[in-house]
Amino acid sequence: MTFINYANKEINCKIVYYGPGLGGKTTNLQYIYDKTALESKGKMISLATEADRTLFFDFLPLDLGKVRGFTTRFHLYTVPGQVFYDASRKLILKGVDGVVFVADSQEARMDANVESIRNLEENLEEHGFDLRKIPYALQFNKRDLPGVVPLDQMYRMLNYKREPTFEAVATTGVGVFDTLRAVAKLILKDLRQSATG
Amino acid sequence: MSTDLVIYQEEYKTLEDVLRRLRVDSNARAIFLIDKNGQQIAAAGEIDQFDTTSLASLTAGNVAATDGLAKLIGEREFSVLFHEGQQDHIHISIVGKRAILLVIFDDRSSLGLVRLRVKRASGEMEAVFEQMANRATEAEAAASSASPFAEITDEDIDALFSE
Repeated sequence: MTFINYANKEINCKIVYYGPGLGGKTTNLQYIYDKTALESKGKMISLATEADRTLFFDFLPLDLGKVRGFTTRFHLYTVPGQVFYDASRKLILKGVDGVVFVADSQEARMDANVESIRNLEENLEEHGFDLRKIPYALQFNKRDLPGVVPLDQMYRMLNYKREPTFEAVATTGVGVFDTLRAVAKLILKDLRQSATG
Repeated sequence: MSTDLVIYQEEYKTLEDVLRRLRVDSNARAIFLIDKNGQQIAAAGEIDQFDTTSLASLTAGNVAATDGLAKLIGEREFSVLFHEGQQDHIHISIVGKRAILLVIFDDRSSLGLVRLRVKRASGEMEAVFEQMANRATEAEAAASSASPFAEITDEDIDALFSE
């Protein structure tokens, strides 16, 4: 749900990073935070356990610049990936404008990836969203690890609707901004679409 | 799917006026009106003292979690939350189903006073929200052709990401 403020000339959009536990959602946000100029970002908030696992969400506000005189502000959220935090995960999806799915490229995590996409589909549905319609990008993370699943095989397993897909190594930043850019573009195109009716 | 929240100058000013008055009447430090999805709508008072973006996002998270708790025990919602600190306290309430009112106050005020004033101001804000909702329906019917976003080009979007 985009929030358009004509008084302040601002567009506010919400992007949620989804995916299985320990897949690199927080690392994506951390990299974006580290590489963004001070004036374009707010404080990054991480509600994590003592062991640094996301407990509720991470949050990072970003200014991407102006479109047609309106400041575009993106609020980036991650969800906790662990299966048993489903209640919290559901809450974060409220009012989402776009989703990035961060998949773990390791063989042993393929089932977790598939299960997480199914869970995303269900949880979106509960908020009245349809994964087939919502702006969505897919990221294959951890491509630097040895013995990862080949790309075409991952694509066959995880591709949902021919969404833009990126290889990434979130720890070093490979593919991180490409993924963000892709979903942000889709959101703005969506906004244009709904404006033209 | 919930419709986009669109706010125009006039409504924004009315809401700000209500917040400003509420701040004076309740003797509060600062007051924030926040969308349930975590975006700040309007604010009044000592707002420079706070990280307002973080405040909005955490407040919405807090309300969402509390909503979840309410449903778990069979309640529809907890419409008021109160956090008591040593010096500063936070009063959170739901306004018109869609927004959250956050009042930060210290010992120059009291919970009773804040509650009383919040109640009155909430009514006024609900009226504004209703007006916004009505306008949104009308605008939809009129195909909202005047929206500046109808004219966003691919170049505009690409320009945003060119650095």
